Amino acid sequence: MEPVSEAALIQGNEACAMAAIAAGCSFYGGYPITPSSDVAEQMVRLLPDAGGVFIQMEDEIASLAAVIGASLAGSKAMTATSGPGFSLMQEHIGYAAMTEVPCVIVNVMRGGPSTGRPTSPSQGDIMQARWGTHGDHPAIVLAPSSVGEVFELTVRAFNLAERFRTPVIVVYDEIIGHTRESVELPTSVEIVDRVRPTVAADEFWPKAPGANGIPAMPAFGDGYRFHVTGLAHDERGFPTENPDEVGALMTRLHSKVEDYEQEISEVERFMLDDAEIAIFAYGIVGRSAREAVQRARESGIKAGLIRPRTVWPFPGSEVAEVAAQVDTLIVAEMNMGQLIGEVERASGGRTEIVGHLRADGEPITPRDLFAELEKPVGVRK
Amino acid sequence: MTDVRSHLREWAMPHVLCPGCAHGIVLRSFFEAVDQQHLDPDKVAMVAGIGCSSRLAGYADFCTLHGTHGRAPAFATGLKLARPDLDVVVVTGDGDGLAIGASHLVHAARRNIDITVLLLNNSIYGMTGGQAAPTTPEGAIASTTPMGNEEAAFDPCDLLLGARASFVARVLAATPIEMTKLMVEGMSHRGFSFIEIVADCPEYFGRYNKAGGGAEMLTSLTIRDKGVAEPLASKRFVNHVPSSTPPPGVATGVLRREVRPVFMGVRKVDNDES
Repeated sequence: MEPVSEAALIQGNEACAMAAIAAGCSFYGGYPITPSSDVAEQMVRLLPDAGGVFIQMEDEIASLAAVIGASLAGSKAMTATSGPGFSLMQEHIGYAAMTEVPCVIVNVMRGGPSTGRPTSPSQGDIMQARWGTHGDHPAIVLAPSSVGEVFELTVRAFNLAERFRTPVIVVYDEIIGHTRESVELPTSVEIVDRVRPTVAADEFWPKAPGANGIPAMPAFGDGYRFHVTGLAHDERGFPTENPDEVGALMTRLHSKVEDYEQEISEVERFMLDDAEIAIFAYGIVGRSAREAVQRARESGIKAGLIRPRTVWPFPGSEVAEVAAQVDTLIVAEMNMGQLIGEVERASGGRTEIVGHLRADGEPITPRDLFAELEKPVGVRK
Repeated sequence: MTDVRSHLREWAMPHVLCPGCAHGIVLRSFFEAVDQQHLDPDKVAMVAGIGCSSRLAGYADFCTLHGTHGRAPAFATGLKLARPDLDVVVVTGDGDGLAIGASHLVHAARRNIDITVLLLNNSIYGMTGGQAAPTTPEGAIASTTPMGNEEAAFDPCDLLLGARASFVARVLAATPIEMTKLMVEGMSHRGFSFIEIVADCPEYFGRYNKAGGGAEMLTSLTIRDKGVAEPLASKRFVNHVPSSTPPPGVATGVLRREVRPVFMGVRKVDNDES
């Protein structure tokens, strides 16, 4: 029997690059920035043998532009960056959303704002990943919490990008990026490819919605001559200011993701069934939280964890369900309070929300969160 | 001159360009260049940024990408590396290519990416309403230089020569046959080719600087063209600004043509290609 997995001792950033190759990535364009540079350094080694192309661009704006160009040429394409570079990529995240060009953007989060703390972990880009580019647009953002999950969710990011014709963002932090862990890597993964048109070239309209609202996408050079623009456009792909056509585009851009939230959203529920107190955490903090919940259970505290692996679209209904059950919901994140606002909104006042926030460059530890869980009722805040 | 309408997206008309603007002449010359090379239109990709010149891509019946402001060379780089069989042409302007996008242009040239860049230099930002550009001559009036431009301009070809572009040429929009010839030479050049096309903007530059309408501006450019072919004797800015001193000339033709390695990204070398 073929082995289904093989063990490896690798960093999160290495897992990311290996996953990209496994998912069929054939183009990488990037710009060096700590703590994501290892992804590029792995890709340049792995891509040529996989039949792909690597280029180091002049900045992050150009990196994502090159990625989009390559995707339009039919490649699965990716870039990786960190905070300041992610800020520069916002222009083209919007362009990819508007033009519906599949691509994967990995943001290994470091402390901000600005140059901040290049080698410290952070979860300060969670809102930027959702709202960083201007204008209304859908967002799919995945947040792995371990090296193994970096592999799994990077593969998933490619598949979601292809399926929904949208940029997909993977966010993890410096700790996961640089930590070496022993992981079991699958020898093969499920691969999703974008839907190609079947109509004749002269009948092809590049933005005519398919059955699920997602237009079929040929590559440049495949015999379909079409126009791609970041201007609001009609189904023929040509600029329009007609409110009906612009409205239809904006509605479809959102509904093609919102209608499939159930499919896109992944939430880990840990020891929640009888929980009276729960932690909401994602990424590396989710791992500390899991450990803290286990310790609390050993101490007789009925604690649980809700951990979104998909942070956007935000799993509002799952959070609401937990909020209706527990007395206290602790939101732990390595920032000054970003997703806590979403948790409060989804909870609708049904539980006490407590923030355990930290943005000083140090991780939130299991001990920190265990101490939070241990506090008697009424002492928090 | 052939009938190039088959390359035009007539369904996309009317176009957005102003009367007297030479951009249409440039597009026609490009269509001629495509036909003279017998290129398969399915394999021609036109990549543009933002601005008047960049809107040309929308009217050309090829694979067309109307990207973001200044970034066309970066989009084109990804496209060309992923699909080397495409003929990739960037259409940009002096604001798009030399201000916000100067870095991308310089680095595509440095790498010797096998694409052709057509830079339509009308010495002003047209699409946004006549603001000063990096090529607006000193003293010229723009909407953001009402007292005359105090900033120094630079020569696009100088910049690209410095960036090691392996093919650099300049041509006047008023000489469409020469323009087609240079486009064919640029596109068939193996490596990065840059062609500055000296164009007009009667609506803003012409009006603000009393340089006349489209016909007058293009005619005056023709008179100033010394027709200097390679090697370049001298090159100066085109100066539309009325002045008591004789206007400087503008050298046209091929300013550099050299053979050097083309960068196709880090990839496994296909022995069949060498």
